[in-house]
Amino acid sequence: MIRPLAAALAALPGLALAEPDPADWGAVLGTAEGQTVYWNAWGGSTATNEFIAWVGDRVAADHGVTVEHVKLADTADAVSRVLAEKTAGQDTGGAVDLIWINGENFAAMKEAGLLFGPFAEDLPNWRHVDTDGKPVRTDFTVPTEGYESPWAAAQVVFMYDSADMAPLPSMAALLDWAEANPGRFTYPQPPDFLGATFLKQALYGLVDDPDVLLRPADEADYAAVTAPLWDFVDDLTPHLWRQGRAYPQSGPRQIQLMADDEIDLAISFSPGEASAAIADFQLPDTVRTFVPEGGTIGNASFVAIPYNASARAGAMVVANFLLSPEAQARALDPEILGYGTVLDVAALPPADRARFEEVPLGVATLSPDELGPTLPEPHPSWMERIEADWIARFGTRD
Amino acid sequence: MRARALPAPAGRAPRPRLLPAVPLLTVAMLTLPVGAGLLGTALPAIGVMPALGRIEPGFGPLRDLLAWPGLGAAARLSVTTGLAATALALAVTVAILASWSETRAFGVIRRALAPLLSVPHAAAAFGLAFLIAPSGWAMRALSPWATGLERPPDWLVVQDPWGVALTAGLVAKEVPFLLLMSIAALGQTDARRAVTVARSLGHGREAGWLRAVFPRLYAQIRLPVYVVLAYSMTVVDVAAILGPNTPPTLSVQIVRWMNDPDLALRLRAAAGAVVQLALVAGALALWRAGEAAVASLGRAWVRSGRRGPRGRWPAALSLALAGVVAGAVLAGLGVLALWSVAAFWSFPDAAPEALTLRSWARHGPELLRLLATTGAIAGLAALAALLLAVGCLEAETRHGLRIGRGGLWLLYAPLLVPQVAFLPGLQAAFLATGTTPGLAAVTAAHLVFVFPYVFLSLGDPWRAWDARLATAARSLGAGAEGVLWRVRLPMLLGPLLTAFAVGVAVSVGQYLPTLLVGGGRVATVTTEAVALAAGGDRRAIGVHALAQTGAALLPFALALTLPRLVWRNRRGMQDA
Repeated sequence: MIRPLAAALAALPGLALAEPDPADWGAVLGTAEGQTVYWNAWGGSTATNEFIAWVGDRVAADHGVTVEHVKLADTADAVSRVLAEKTAGQDTGGAVDLIWINGENFAAMKEAGLLFGPFAEDLPNWRHVDTDGKPVRTDFTVPTEGYESPWAAAQVVFMYDSADMAPLPSMAALLDWAEANPGRFTYPQPPDFLGATFLKQALYGLVDDPDVLLRPADEADYAAVTAPLWDFVDDLTPHLWRQGRAYPQSGPRQIQLMADDEIDLAISFSPGEASAAIADFQLPDTVRTFVPEGGTIGNASFVAIPYNASARAGAMVVANFLLSPEAQARALDPEILGYGTVLDVAALPPADRARFEEVPLGVATLSPDELGPTLPEPHPSWMERIEADWIARFGTRD
Repeated sequence: MRARALPAPAGRAPRPRLLPAVPLLTVAMLTLPVGAGLLGTALPAIGVMPALGRIEPGFGPLRDLLAWPGLGAAARLSVTTGLAATALALAVTVAILASWSETRAFGVIRRALAPLLSVPHAAAAFGLAFLIAPSGWAMRALSPWATGLERPPDWLVVQDPWGVALTAGLVAKEVPFLLLMSIAALGQTDARRAVTVARSLGHGREAGWLRAVFPRLYAQIRLPVYVVLAYSMTVVDVAAILGPNTPPTLSVQIVRWMNDPDLALRLRAAAGAVVQLALVAGALALWRAGEAAVASLGRAWVRSGRRGPRGRWPAALSLALAGVVAGAVLAGLGVLALWSVAAFWSFPDAAPEALTLRSWARHGPELLRLLATTGAIAGLAALAALLLAVGCLEAETRHGLRIGRGGLWLLYAPLLVPQVAFLPGLQAAFLATGTTPGLAAVTAAHLVFVFPYVFLSLGDPWRAWDARLATAARSLGAGAEGVLWRVRLPMLLGPLLTAFAVGVAVSVGQYLPTLLVGGGRVATVTTEAVALAAGGDRRAIGVHALAQTGAALLPFALALTLPRLVWRNRRGMQDA
């Protein structure tokens, strides 16, 4: 991974000063001052956009780093830019300094040598991170190895309209409920990330031995392990919204269906999303959340720095600020974002701990105890094959 | 299409011969970006993508594409919705013109055009989807008192597998475009006298117009019709909102592959883009064959001398069609405006629980800055495109220098190849030439997409201009420059302003070129709107859709009103 970086440095020895060692934080701060960080992040949520603007104000005040939020419709647009720069041989001075990245894009960029690092575990605020309790060292089972820095914890919950239904304890109960209430449930169409997560969550609820999911799918009897999943989806599909002939294309579109009262039940990857959406008039105030028995899949949101970023030092300063108790407590507030923290709150100094204790939980958010155990993401090979099978069986029928 | 080359003025001192170079210059200027864009599509399609370590050409991506189970359905859907939308849009346009051009009511239609054209396609689609969905405004207005429904019914209205909603959405947006092109062209058809003659022969209004004016008009709007066909087949945003998704149209599927985290799928997407290009070429060929068939049927009909229907029903029908088209787009915009000030609003309430200016307060200050950038880029790109187009056409007129067939395909390629597959190559070209990402680079990239629209908007009316006027002017002592500046350009004020307005609208609508070539340094109303639309927040979408509409409204309004004002004392120019 270090190869393109080394090549770039060798080609431009004069710029070596622009490349501070992440471990030498004083040098990082010195270089960062006056830099402008182009943070490429999904721009679909006004709440997130406002949070990023606040981060920009704070790092400008503390460290003289300017943040420009490049609002994307899809993270792939930032990947495209870095890929085009690599194609054109632009190995320094790239246009993207920081990317809010998901597990699949991270795996692809890391493999293609498009990321800078390792830097994450050298950030001063890394010492607060809950490395045992939160999935911050692997992303989609791919070891992060310091090439991306976490900033929010996520866990699957189901949002339901308490005016119309009660929580469901299992996938079998979900199927029974769907049969009794046809057209009131759907999930984002795979390969959408959230839709694929629903299939994986269902698989967890249906397999006898969940351990096989942590190893590559080729090592297990894929057909036998997934047979109960396909039976379940076959039974469920005719009772879905629009009989499974159309699907919402994204998580936000699914929330809109709930706001329009077209569905009563939806999956979410953020325990605080429902509370935040209620505060923002995007969901009725009767929406609550539940988790099925046996736990739900958890992961984390990360930021990564492209290998040819112009303002690496500034990007690291932003990544470090995102891990500060101040930023993490603000993100937790359902009136702001409602994102889970990746810090070990119990181990924080009392003054910082108090910041978290002051944050209200939110009307529809479960407490950490109620959220229950976190299940690890299955090995990516499961997701790839399940997505492909789903598309062949359900995504191309009409 | 008549091309009349006038002899160069004799006995004058030779001036710097810039004009003859303009067509060559235009093609040369656009060859690099367009060629790079095409190469950036073609190479991955045969498996070559060095950044991913793929350097061996082969049929892998094509085989991969053919193995995708939804290919047949996706391709069929692209072709059927594209052809149906184009045929219907043209039919509605012709019906409106046949019954209502030259009437007082047509003034109302003309005035409604500017706002209809200014609504961005995606915003119109959003608005339409919210109007007709089972939980949409129409059902909310009728529920529960008329329908008895407390919850929206589970009907597959939007995103139906046949693409009916998608076709309807495209027709609603393309009819105003074709009407605009027709209005600009009508000035060169001598329509008023032709209809008068036809009516004096006893033909009904519509039958007379169809026989006497339509053939002349169609010859002038043929290229815009082809663009509508290509656009309808390759459109992504409208198809993603209104079209089916099990599977979607091929263009939407290509975008999904391009956006997939698995970078290897970009090869399959490129192969899909090549197939898409072939589909568009095939559909255009089919359309041309259809033109010949319609023409021969039409000639038989003209020769038959039958007088056709005399009643008022054709006029009533076409007015109803115009009303539906305008109503759909304007009501959609109205719904978005309502969302922009809505607090919580759920089914079956006909209006939001409360109104709030929160969304405007949140986005307003930023919007002003974005509008200024958007306007500057759009104005510059459209102006540059207009200058080039006039230069090319004048060179054609004076020196008989036409851009060859190959050059034309090159110019129009950005309209025919799916943008998402075309752009990585275009972007690589900008990077390879060491362009700094910023306003200038973005404007240059916009020019690649704006120029073809401007050129084809202007081309047909330009060539249809009555060259006898030039002869008359020359006989009165005017030189070639005088003919151009004092006769031709003033008379073509309508088409010029129309082409400029179309150029502005095209530039305002660009998302990916702005983002990728601008390297995230340049934010416009549209980059903001598209990013927010991904989150589905209807309030934010409403605010930005209105801002986008505003950005394109002024040039369209000018194009539709200014020629009438300027020529109010010239009876022969009242069609302009």
